Amino acid sequence: MANEEAVFFSRVLTELTLTFHIIYATIGVGVPLMIMIAQWVGIKKNDEHYILLARRWTRGFVITVAVGVVTGTVIGMQLSLLWPNFMELAGHIISLPLFMETFAFFFEAIFLGIYLYTWDRFENQKKHLLLLVPVAIGASFSAVFITMVNAFMNAPQGFDIVDGELINISPILAMFNPAMPTKVAHVVVTAYMTSAFVLAAIGSFRLLKGSNHIYHKKAIYLMMKVGFVFSIATALIGDLSGKYLAEYQPEKLAAAEWHFETEENASLILFGVLQDGEVKYQIEIPYALSILAHSNPTAEVTGLNEFPEDEIPPLYIHYLFNIMVAIGMLMLFVSGLYLYAKRCGWRFVNKKWYHWLIVAGGPLSIIAIETGWWLAEVGRQPWILRGILKVEDAATTSAHVDMMLIAFALLYIVLGIGSVVILSRMFRRNPVEQELQDRSREKGGDIQ
Amino acid sequence: MTLEIIGITVLWLFLFGYVIIASIDFGAGFFNAYSLLTNKNHILIKIIQRYLSPVWEVTNVFLVFFFVGMIGFFPKTAFYYGTTLLIPASLALILLAVRGSYYAFETYGSRGHKGYAFAYGMSGLLIPAALSVSLAISEGGFVSLVDGAPVLHYRELFYSPLTWSIVFLAITSVLYISAVFLTWYAKHAGDEEATILMRKYALIWAFPTMITAFGIIVELRAHNPEHYENIVDIWWAFLLSGLLFIGTFWLIWSKRQYALAFCMLVAQFFIAFLGYGWSHRPYLLYPHLTLYDGFTNEAMATALIIAFILGFLLLLPSLYLLLRLFLFNKEYVTGKKNHHV
Ligand code: HDD
Ligand code: HEM
Ligand code: HEM
Repeated sequence: MANEEAVFFSRVLTELTLTFHIIYATIGVGVPLMIMIAQWVGIKKNDEHYILLARRWTRGFVITVAVGVVTGTVIGMQLSLLWPNFMELAGHIISLPLFMETFAFFFEAIFLGIYLYTWDRFENQKKHLLLLVPVAIGASFSAVFITMVNAFMNAPQGFDIVDGELINISPILAMFNPAMPTKVAHVVVTAYMTSAFVLAAIGSFRLLKGSNHIYHKKAIYLMMKVGFVFSIATALIGDLSGKYLAEYQPEKLAAAEWHFETEENASLILFGVLQDGEVKYQIEIPYALSILAHSNPTAEVTGLNEFPEDEIPPLYIHYLFNIMVAIGMLMLFVSGLYLYAKRCGWRFVNKKWYHWLIVAGGPLSIIAIETGWWLAEVGRQPWILRGILKVEDAATTSAHVDMMLIAFALLYIVLGIGSVVILSRMFRRNPVEQELQDRSREKGGDIQ
Repeated sequence: MTLEIIGITVLWLFLFGYVIIASIDFGAGFFNAYSLLTNKNHILIKIIQRYLSPVWEVTNVFLVFFFVGMIGFFPKTAFYYGTTLLIPASLALILLAVRGSYYAFETYGSRGHKGYAFAYGMSGLLIPAALSVSLAISEGGFVSLVDGAPVLHYRELFYSPLTWSIVFLAITSVLYISAVFLTWYAKHAGDEEATILMRKYALIWAFPTMITAFGIIVELRAHNPEHYENIVDIWWAFLLSGLLFIGTFWLIWSKRQYALAFCMLVAQFFIAFLGYGWSHRPYLLYPHLTLYDGFTNEAMATALIIAFILGFLLLLPSLYLLLRLFLFNKEYVTGKKNHHV
């Protein structure tokens, strides 16, 4: 039947668009905060390097924002084009945060425009920094509001369905659903963490490519500090997310952990492969799953045996979960060790291999974001609104979704390549050393 | 006023906002490409960039606001329009995406190729064309329900003169609105050469705009008599709009008061736009969907309106600041100061 095809292609297209958008969206949420931190440090220490850091990051940010905005516009409209039945239902109950998100966009867009075109326009630099505050707030609140919608998909509440009619609708209750606190916090904090490590990776890459400028070293140190703080927060909130799942979406946790039978003293399975229903080559940590789920080593954890066959999410989300957590732990360690070693004067963190590790941290964090989202979204299957509406009943009935999939795939290839090419060209043409010299000439010269 | 009317009015106003500022943007891109062709590029490029650069993202949000708000206030539109608009809306989205990102790449990144400028200019005409198809669909006759799901009849849509008139009106209005605005802006910036050029374009595009607008009303008579009757009922609004058109034209013709001319143009479109919307009531999609059966529940409507008021209070001063710093700032407009990051 045509509809099955439409469901399949709608799925693939949604996956594709969101997977692409989230890269730019994450950077869009996190980088304004990093720019703010750098500019603030620069003003406070009266250090031109940090100011320039903020300025150069801003230039790059403009490019990523542009792609974030256009792909966001695409997904915003695509949700209605591909999932009309879902959006009709969602419109009744959860459109409030979606609507508020547009105000966050407005706020961000307006002040970003102002911020970009007012460098050195004010005598007092702090005034200029102040303009960035609404940008950062707007960007973070976009994430907060859209994640509220996604949380609602996982833990719908705030309405009743009687004879197919929606009644007792409470938009506020729907917004503040049980999935909301952990989900919003985890998403926002991981965006900050990822942005910090991506920026550290860029600095580190420049050092490896032969620059030895203190400018890059300052950037790396600052971003490792920030990244470290947010990785701790990420791990803590990630743990809380697990507890949320145990309580409200046990099937997702059980599938992610390959926890087949309900049992007490549950152990955590790391890595491994699944062969004919048998888990092999895994690392088992006794009691750890009970601790993750309920903070108690002997607590009972619900297993997949409690759920009907057709409501169990795909088991491959286990790998996604492992990748995300492993990257989280790795980055916590890499940034923590870096800071500690700098303090103690240990030299190995200045070695090439450690810098390569930091470089890898950027893309790895982005992979963690992607795997995290895939875990969350695929783990919700077969539901689009958990317990209420299945994915196959929500999709569009129109033909031609496959053609649109091809068209959008081409679009993302163009945008992806375009943004990378433009960014690298932009910074290669105008290296830091050059720009610092120019500025020092302008200001009559005491900048290195 | 009922909640339904408040909701649609808010959305309609924001859509109007989008139509005006996006038209300026789209038209500017087209004129830029055209002037490349005629080697007059040096005249326009500065003017266009100074105006567009700080605001392009804001323009986009107006559109997002409209379609997100539509789902909020009228969730049933997701079902009807979501299903039927897959192809035209996807095309518009792809063009918008290419256009938006290309603009940023070009402005903040590096100078590009002439070919891109042409593609950019063309996209400024194709996007309004693709988006305006939804207005043609809303007039009814192109959608029918098959097994309870709406299906769009592409053939009928393609062969309908109404569709083409609406598409043509979208394109001519884009060019006309943009030309009038840029005439004023160039004058404001003290750029005589650009003013002369833009004034010429404004005069050229004025009449095609009026003629197609008139043509649409005539076609509606056959296509959708009910809507036509409603339009005739408020003939005075369209008359007023026509008078404002003459006023704008007169001022531009006699090279006077470009600022006032632009204000009159906005008023002209505003009245026509409201009149069109008003006469379209109560249908969102003839004859399947009305404002009333597509409307959300009361709790959500109230929440959205409260959110709107609060959001608007936040928005207004910010927009004012943006306009004051860029549009009305003499030093910025004339390009004496450059504070770009
Ligand atoms: C830099 C990215 C990153 C890193 C290092 C981590 N996460 Fe994460 N995680 C995300 C990025 C992310 C995410 C992309 O933000 C997700 C996807 C959806 C969501 O709510 O957040 C997510 C989802 C997510 C979920 C599913 C929530 C749900 O579906 O409702 C759990 C249980 C965890 N995470 C737990 C953890 C733990 C215990 C981590 C250990 C350090 C961890 N995450 C690191
Ligand atoms: C931005 C990060 C996100 C990513 C990478 C992502 C990824 C995915 C993936 C992989 C699927 C397909 C699951 C499957 O079919 O097996 C999916 C489905 C979906 N997601 Fe998300 N998602 C993200 C955020 C969101 C948010 C915030 C929303 C809500 C506003 C959302 C709405 C949907 C919808 C409507 C579907 C289709 C139905 C379904 O397959 O469950 N997604 N997403
Ligand atoms: C949780 C995952 C998501 C996050 C964190 C996120 C965040 C953002 C951010 C920060 C922006 C601004 C662009 C930038 O600064 O780069 C943006 C743009 C946008 N996003 Fe997403 N987004 C997510 C998923 C979605 C989804 C599922 C939708 C669809 C409803 C969506 C709709 C939009 C729209 C319409 C824009 C363009 C706004 C504009 O025109 O300025 N986003 N997103």
